[in-house]
Amino acid sequence: MALVLSEDQQLLKDSAKSFCEQIAPVSLLRKLRDSKDEQGYDQAVWAQMIELGWAGMAVPESYGGFEFGYGGLGVVLEESGRTLLSSPLISTVLIGATAILELGNETQKQQLLPQIVAGELLTALALDEHTTHRPSRVATTATKVEGGYSLSGSKTFVLDGHIANKLITVARTSGETDSEQGLSVFLVDAAAEGVSIQRTIMVDSRNSSNVQFSDVQVPSEALLGDFDGAFESLSKVLDIARIGVAAEMLGSMQAVFESILVYLKQREQFGVLIGSFQGLQHRAAEMYSEIELCKSAVRAALSALDDPEKSSQEIAVIASMAKAKLSEVFFLVSNEGIQMHGGIGMTDEFDVGFYIKRARVAQQFLGDAAFHRDRYASLNGF
Amino acid sequence: MQSLQDFREETRSWLEQNCPESMRTAMVQEEVVWGGRNAQFTNPDSKIWLERLAQKGWTCPTWPAEYGGGGLDKDQAIILSEELVRINARPGLTSFGISMLGPVLLEYGNHEQKLEHIPKIVRGEIRWCQGYSEPGSGSDLASLATKAELQGDTYLINGSKVWTSYADKADWIFCLVRTDFEVPKHAGISFILFDMASEGISTKPIQLISGSSPFCETFFDDVKVPASNLVGRLNEGWTIAKRLLQHERTMISGFGLSSGQSDNGGTTSTISSLEGTAMSYRGDSEKLSDPVLRDQIAQFKIDSDAFAYTSRRSIEESKQGQGPNATSSMLKNYGCELNKRRYELMLQAIGSQGLGWEGEGFNDEELQLTREWLRSKANSIEGGTSEVQLNVIAKRVLGLPDILSMAQK
Repeated sequence: MALVLSEDQQLLKDSAKSFCEQIAPVSLLRKLRDSKDEQGYDQAVWAQMIELGWAGMAVPESYGGFEFGYGGLGVVLEESGRTLLSSPLISTVLIGATAILELGNETQKQQLLPQIVAGELLTALALDEHTTHRPSRVATTATKVEGGYSLSGSKTFVLDGHIANKLITVARTSGETDSEQGLSVFLVDAAAEGVSIQRTIMVDSRNSSNVQFSDVQVPSEALLGDFDGAFESLSKVLDIARIGVAAEMLGSMQAVFESILVYLKQREQFGVLIGSFQGLQHRAAEMYSEIELCKSAVRAALSALDDPEKSSQEIAVIASMAKAKLSEVFFLVSNEGIQMHGGIGMTDEFDVGFYIKRARVAQQFLGDAAFHRDRYASLNGF
Repeated sequence: MQSLQDFREETRSWLEQNCPESMRTAMVQEEVVWGGRNAQFTNPDSKIWLERLAQKGWTCPTWPAEYGGGGLDKDQAIILSEELVRINARPGLTSFGISMLGPVLLEYGNHEQKLEHIPKIVRGEIRWCQGYSEPGSGSDLASLATKAELQGDTYLINGSKVWTSYADKADWIFCLVRTDFEVPKHAGISFILFDMASEGISTKPIQLISGSSPFCETFFDDVKVPASNLVGRLNEGWTIAKRLLQHERTMISGFGLSSGQSDNGGTTSTISSLEGTAMSYRGDSEKLSDPVLRDQIAQFKIDSDAFAYTSRRSIEESKQGQGPNATSSMLKNYGCELNKRRYELMLQAIGSQGLGWEGEGFNDEELQLTREWLRSKANSIEGGTSEVQLNVIAKRVLGLPDILSMAQK
């Protein structure tokens, strides 16, 4: 298990860092928010990210990718988290390409993965139906019809739903609403008849949406993975996504912490720098320690994804460990980010507010800390 | 050069042939080997195991072969440690000579001092104790007042130390003494070694909230020590003292790691799994029935996992040979807090059976747990309190300004 970045990964990280700082700083997100941008992401910036090969980072060469592994995608996500880069990186690259790789048949992989790498296809995962994440809780149905399937139901918290070309939709093909059995995944054209997508403006200014499926007809080839038995592969996809989101959170919390340190060394009260107060020093030192643990958790999890000998069970444990830990620490650091900056932290003009907003969305996305502690306990047999 | 794969295979087969069967079981407190002139081996296999390891220098795998160490590089040492873990081998020797004095003696001692002391540490012939804290100098260690006056080629030492672990059993002491009272406190300290059998030394054990303990008070009354026993330069002992503390903290941070057989700060509990214990005491079979305890245990285990990865990462990062640095304070602090959490959860897990003090009604493990839970409270005090570690992180790692120097401005 590699807990330290390789030379190549470090180079990639450095270049991603300078790209995000120069091309996609937090002010870009602010601009998208203030201008009520219809897309919710900057297409020119996305085009440059495609140019840099970020969309093919974890895709094997045989499908047009660059085979740099999840370790590579992870450092890019971490740097994108530093500046809160809003782009289809998570919806399409981290989740979409992974879902097609893990669930798709050869034809689907050959056809769709090169499109993602080239930036020609955007995807969104339509999974959650309730206010809290529980992947087995799916009431959306897919029934067999002549030549394909018919989908009906509604989804919520669909990241990038309104810009996606294809919705990776989890539907029930048999069993009870809460059962892990009887789930199937379909690739649904966003433009198909019966699909209605309503963009939701979330607190973090990223793209989310509610999606309705009313008797949406999809052809047989739209089935992604095993009919009626997709849960296991889907879980693997979700675990990879959780680890990727943890990497993104790692970047964001480091940015907040660095901002705190700068402020502690520059703000004076009572005639001294506030960073000399032990009440603040110890909290900063504790945050530092927690962030160090987060770095290790993310590195361990990413390196597990690139290790062919790791079982799905092992990946599940480490994914829940990482998502739980990072969610907790991002909660802490984003709160301290406001408190330790004092009044200025509360102003919209200062960037730290963007991070606490992103923190809560990222914490909830694909399961919050409580969800993952529960899952971790179950996976460990207690 | 020998390939690492070859080294692994040779190591594995050597261990297969040389590690006695009884040394591949969980350590029990009575059988921990501390070495020394009066070394006791409750289990005769312990002696064989120590001698075989010492023969190869593998009690101190990375120390130079010139002084009896194993002479292994970092990669080989990692392999050795993995292979030891693989067969669940006990440590052959547990000593403050290995974990604290040796590394700084190798860094700051002169050739004669290394030649005299290092091989005896490797072989477990001399048992060391640490003369640091004093009744008036705890967290403010540098205010220490034990005095060493040079008279001819001998230092005359007067004063007292406290929290000297195993002072009553140790053969030698590494000790911080004040050699100049006229200069700022950090600039008048020296680091000196002397024989505990010297005339004028007395010790008195300290009873703790957990019962009897290895800690002692140690008194020096006109103790004569050869001037050549001073390590490093006169009045520059504070640098060595801090360096040694980093090694000590690295060692103590290991308390937070639940896997492997390491010295656990006076605790060698065989506590296997928190969750398993909690379930068996409650009669739960598939899932821990108390949802709050279950959540707390999950959180604890997640933190432990992340901490274990961090310890490993810190070893990988120090491969470039920097040795422990200020991050040892982070590891020490976090590891100790984790260990305390573990014992609190363990008490919760077994309920009133974990609160027995002595006598009937409790089995040995339960009684041991009560004591260890109490003993674990010291983890965040010894080797520098958690508060001191946080100060070190704030100052040395985060570069935050020092309130004392700001106030003096």
